[in-house]
Amino acid sequence: MKGNEYSELYDSYENVVLPRRHWWQIDLKALWRYRDLIMLFVKRSFVTQYKQTVLGPLWAIIQPILTTLVFTVVFGNIAGLAPSGVPKFAFYFCGYILWSYFAACLTATSNTFISNAHIMGKAYFPRLCAPVSTAISQLISFAIQFVLFMGIWIYYYAAYGSVSVTSYIFMVPLLILQTALLSMGVGIIVSSLTTKYRDLTHLVSFGVQLWMYASPVAYDTSKFERFGFLFKYNPVTPIINIFRLAFLGVGEFQPVQYGISVAVTVIVFVIGVILFNRVEKNFTDTV
Amino acid sequence: MNRNIITFQNVSKLYDLGVIGTGTLKGDLQSAFAKFRGKEDPNRKIISSDNTKQDRFYALKDISFDIKKGQRVGIIGHNGAGKSTLLKLLSRVTAPTSGAIAYNGRITSMLEIGTGFHRELTGRENIYLNGAILGMSKAEIAAKIDRIIEFSEIEKFIDTPVKRYSSGMYVKLAFSVAAHLDSEIMIMDEVLAVGDVAFRQKCLAKMDEISKTDGRTILFVSHNMNTIRQMCDRVIVLKEGRIIFDGDVEAGIEEYFKNDLKMPARIDLSESPRSALSIENRLKITSFEFTNCKKADFSAGFVSFKINFLSEKEYKNLRFLLELKSLDGYSVAAARSEIIEHIDKGEYFAEFSADFSSVCTGKYQLYVAAFIYDRYGIPKQIDRPRTHINLQIRGGDGTRRWLAQSWGRIKLPNLRLIEKSYE
Repeated sequence: MKGNEYSELYDSYENVVLPRRHWWQIDLKALWRYRDLIMLFVKRSFVTQYKQTVLGPLWAIIQPILTTLVFTVVFGNIAGLAPSGVPKFAFYFCGYILWSYFAACLTATSNTFISNAHIMGKAYFPRLCAPVSTAISQLISFAIQFVLFMGIWIYYYAAYGSVSVTSYIFMVPLLILQTALLSMGVGIIVSSLTTKYRDLTHLVSFGVQLWMYASPVAYDTSKFERFGFLFKYNPVTPIINIFRLAFLGVGEFQPVQYGISVAVTVIVFVIGVILFNRVEKNFTDTV
Repeated sequence: MNRNIITFQNVSKLYDLGVIGTGTLKGDLQSAFAKFRGKEDPNRKIISSDNTKQDRFYALKDISFDIKKGQRVGIIGHNGAGKSTLLKLLSRVTAPTSGAIAYNGRITSMLEIGTGFHRELTGRENIYLNGAILGMSKAEIAAKIDRIIEFSEIEKFIDTPVKRYSSGMYVKLAFSVAAHLDSEIMIMDEVLAVGDVAFRQKCLAKMDEISKTDGRTILFVSHNMNTIRQMCDRVIVLKEGRIIFDGDVEAGIEEYFKNDLKMPARIDLSESPRSALSIENRLKITSFEFTNCKKADFSAGFVSFKINFLSEKEYKNLRFLLELKSLDGYSVAAARSEIIEHIDKGEYFAEFSADFSSVCTGKYQLYVAAFIYDRYGIPKQIDRPRTHINLQIRGGDGTRRWLAQSWGRIKLPNLRLIEKSYE
């Protein structure tokens, strides 16, 4: 590293900009200093998403309800892939909202550099603000959907008594955090690569769709023993399974599988942040 | 106050020209795989065999300078000289290829006005968003929002989405946010080139105020030399990625315009393009020549010059006009010749003497035109070559004694003292 040549600059200046920095030099303090910006980004994306719409945030509910209905009819009734003993609608809704948070977050963060190029090319702020704010603003839609899910759950509980909470409910915050980190990790890896390879933007929407079929969203894991490999090592599988287990009492908790999932999440996220950190300094030259 | 606040040490910025890599992942993998097997790269460009150096370009090359606290530095140079790259590096939008940049305090960069403004958000919401992007916290903005709104002169529309704003209102709002930032260093790239004159002056006054009273350091890029004159106390002139001048404002501006400024005493105007405003082209000025000097470079005072022209018809009451302009194209002064009462068809020359003694020292451009007065007494231009004559006026009153930067370029006669007594 050539940094030593200019080391005396650190004595008289607070900020020193060098061509390269070590991969571990990630300025998390700056990210914290810019927390207001993150929240304003969240507000911006939320406000602009629903401005001049009649139904406003209701759209966050309509879409999963319709998708869940389709899943219930196609995969539940026609293909018979839902487990017995649980209301199909609740089963699909539960899995789908968590998946859609994952998918939306991944898709949005994978576009970080390209969709924010106009701002990032004109002003400096810690670039991680953008994906972090994306993950948070997607969380708002998820929260709205989750409230609806609670309503559905209460309905089934009161009317049929066919759903029940298990102690795994205490893991729910962890599961949501893990979903956020994993989707952000994959998203920022993709976004770092898209600064050079635009091909990946095409791959993302398609890839996310394929990923959904490798996850227990449209069906129960137990029906797919044969494709065990894909399921077992897909880090999303245990997240959705435990989430369903917490609220519906169906599904399974496999510690090894969950452990792998957590490890993959951490590795992906760390790689993502390092890669992002490398790319952010010069991405304006290539985007 | 003599502390350095910014330093650039041997900073270079290299850009790759054309497509980076092959542009697609598949292409890059293909190239990498071919390299791995020791085969020829299938994506290699046929023309450039291996001279990768030609595909690169130094936007800045080995730049070093220091800026002291409170200085207001104008950065000028022709397009592509590296001005914007320099500001981008300092505002950390992109990183240098080599060298080091260091600074103290916060930097606010206005590389563009209203960065991050969102059409759907109201003026007030955009103040917060834009302020945060420029590095202010929410609390800081909240403390200043009333002053920002007041400065912007658009109180009435502050809760309207900015998409309904006129472009002038947009600019006013955006500038107001930037002007109220509390950063030690402000970087501005042509942002004042917009907005109406009154607001522009207000902005300049504001910048003046914050730099003088708060000791803020300002870096300013503009093509408008008058704004540079008004704003800056130092200029850095860039050319092809290097610093060619660093120092006094007027001298820097001359340096910027100088690029191969030749000042021949005689200039041929017969091939020059003509102004479209001339009513008829029956008279043609063919050349212009200073007769009592070898170069168009003389002391203020009387000079004589000769105009050759060709007339295809008779003219009455013909006059010539000399327009003196500054190097950046602003009119400085003009002088009309005495009337030439009558000319016939044919080739002529006319010799005049001009008095430049009230023009301040410096470099100028001179345009020559011919016109006649019609029967209503209105001047009608009949020829005006668009080629100018470069000239330099030197004088006893050097730039030190005449502050052209703020006093202008024409010295009116000294004021006569009529009376002085105790009240």
